[in-house]
Amino acid sequence: MSIDPETIKKERSVGWREELRSKTKNKDRVAIERVHMPELEPEIRVHHQDREVNRGLTLAQATLEAIRCMDCVNPTCIEGCPVSINIPKFIKYIESGDILSAASTLKETNALPAVCGRVCPQEKQCESRCFYVEKLKKPPVAIGYLERFAADFERESGSCNIPETLPPNGIRVATVGSGPAALAFAGDMAKYGYDVTVFEALHEIGGVLKYGIPEFRLPNAIVDFELENLRKMGVKFVTNFIVGRTATFDDLKEQGFKGFFIGSGAGLPRFMEIPGENFNGILSSNEYLTRVNLMEAHSDDSDTPILRGKNVAVIGGGNTAMDSVRTALRLGAERAIIIYRRSEVEMPARVEEVKHAKEEGVEFMTLCNPVEYFADKNGRVNRMRVVRMDLGEPDASGRRRPMVIEGSEFDLDVDLVIVAVGVSPNPLVPASLPGLNVSRWGTIIVDEDKMQTSIPEMFAGGDIVRGGATVILAMGDGRRAAEHMHFFLMTK
Amino acid sequence: MNKIVEKEYFSEKVVKIVVEAPEIAKSRKAGNFVILRVGEKGERFPLTIAGADPEKGTITLVVQTVGVSSSKLAALHPGDFITDLVGPLGQATHVEKKGTILAAGGGVGIAPMLPIVEAFKKAGNRVISVIAARSRDLIILEEQIREWSDEVVVMTDDGSYGRQGLVTTGMEEVILREKVDECIVIGPAIMMKFAALLTKKYNIPTQASLNTIMVDGTGMCGACRVTVGGKTRFTCVDGPEFDAHQIDFDEMLMRMGAYRNEEKQAFDHYVHQCQCQKEKP
Repeated sequence: MSIDPETIKKERSVGWREELRSKTKNKDRVAIERVHMPELEPEIRVHHQDREVNRGLTLAQATLEAIRCMDCVNPTCIEGCPVSINIPKFIKYIESGDILSAASTLKETNALPAVCGRVCPQEKQCESRCFYVEKLKKPPVAIGYLERFAADFERESGSCNIPETLPPNGIRVATVGSGPAALAFAGDMAKYGYDVTVFEALHEIGGVLKYGIPEFRLPNAIVDFELENLRKMGVKFVTNFIVGRTATFDDLKEQGFKGFFIGSGAGLPRFMEIPGENFNGILSSNEYLTRVNLMEAHSDDSDTPILRGKNVAVIGGGNTAMDSVRTALRLGAERAIIIYRRSEVEMPARVEEVKHAKEEGVEFMTLCNPVEYFADKNGRVNRMRVVRMDLGEPDASGRRRPMVIEGSEFDLDVDLVIVAVGVSPNPLVPASLPGLNVSRWGTIIVDEDKMQTSIPEMFAGGDIVRGGATVILAMGDGRRAAEHMHFFLMTK
Repeated sequence: MNKIVEKEYFSEKVVKIVVEAPEIAKSRKAGNFVILRVGEKGERFPLTIAGADPEKGTITLVVQTVGVSSSKLAALHPGDFITDLVGPLGQATHVEKKGTILAAGGGVGIAPMLPIVEAFKKAGNRVISVIAARSRDLIILEEQIREWSDEVVVMTDDGSYGRQGLVTTGMEEVILREKVDECIVIGPAIMMKFAALLTKKYNIPTQASLNTIMVDGTGMCGACRVTVGGKTRFTCVDGPEFDAHQIDFDEMLMRMGAYRNEEKQAFDHYVHQCQCQKEKP
């Protein structure tokens, strides 16, 4: 699925790119310092669930940052991108001042650039493969910031370029779920000319982008705009529909659907199964974030209730834990604590989320793990017991294994606990497909290259296959599935 | 958007609604539930399906007004639309020929019991139904329950109809009189708790259908978790029916009150708003 190296080379050698390269010497490019993302001040933002923390680059900032990019002969950054964005090409368009073409370049391979520009862990992907990092030991070109800039610029300009689609081939395909994996799949299949229908169980399209990621990191309006682009490409959206339940796969086949992409996500929250965990006021991050992000429970006119805590503990060290703890602060917590069993180095959360959380006043209790909860007479949690941990030898994940320090228990007063220790695959869809090969963890088994399941016309990707990963890896899966389903349906 | 085609008041607070949902009418089985949302700011909440007509493409729901969301649903009229409706959710009732089935329904729980009674009768079982409520006007769907039962015992707390006493009194009389192979109980958590204690005494396998708090209804949030046999289970995907003798009903009762303060505040606000609107000229 990666872009053909010849194409990259050819596009690099066009006149305007050559001109740009000769305009500024590399010596001068590397002398420019990496741009800083303008942010809303911590004192202000902790009071606003709905105000985005990162404000986005100005045109001047973006142009200067784009000049840093040396338009390498061998752009390794592209290899670091799960959806293979032609990174130097879009950045050089920014440098040339043609921001709309930069946005079009993004959309050649990425159905959700304004989303990815906000939530991708670029420091682990494209930016980690930047020439500045690999060869110069300097901060990488801010590829993520620039991606967001180009996508936002296009949206705000009002002139939105819809990617070209091949003439309709009349073949119906469906996605199960409407999260990043399914949307990436839908975008590519629409480009190939298919008649794509996206089926979603909830009342809103977007999956984790809507129910999971908070407004202060990814506004729902941004997601809706990208969905509108897909709609203009001919993708149809159906909410309140559970494939395998509302109608069976066989029903849909009778309606003419020839291929299915299962991107139903890792819906099932994990708990720690420790005493007292079912007391009131102890909830999964999925429940907490869904109530706020999808149901807007924090706003006065919403019917959905939300528990507000003064002393809030969030268990876990991933992005979801950071989203939960920062939400708790915005909903009025006086003390908001991350409790994580390893040390900060092992935290899976993006560096930026940890930084933002700290600036906002979140306390980090690392090398700590809850062992028991206590409640008042109404069953509402009021105290938790925590044990200190030490790190032993590395385990299967390569991270050092946390071990309990005997006798190190201590108690904390808490009135709200959010458990963000991971998710398991949602069993709803696999359960309705008896012939589907599923691992003992409940993930769907696929051919890793093609994303094809044991049922030939069914492909799968994202967390239902991976068990819990990132938006961009899910999108990469969706794209790969689209490429191979296209081949499968054309050669059948 | 699903259109309401019929509405009938069983009592001041209990309303039957027939709503267009052609796919669900076809695919639902006894024991399944749906999740609904009324209005763009509405809350998602579960209701067990009380019946379906695949030909007309409709399902029947029975709702008792207890808070904001149930009141908003009950206030809709034929021709109005339910903003969102999704299903069928949950595991279907395991129906087979077992012999004699004792089905006990309390209050609005009689509605979700109806399709289960029908399914067991159609599977060739002898079905005895005990339906119970506080008073006569809260006994619902009696005729329909009779249609699929070999015998119906009606119990009211105040004795205004049928026999005076709790659902368990009626159940125990049947159990003492004849061999019961399996019990089904649906109703308020406290009623199911005591019904389960009774059948445990007589060692009769019993299923209870739970109505816990839910948000998505698809396994995603975990709000509906209950302890069954010492293990945490999700009512939405593992249930809603569980072995009643294994359910920790005290924990369930506690968890049903998780948002009590928030819900009461919201309901007071809602009632106040309705009154203000009525007072407007």
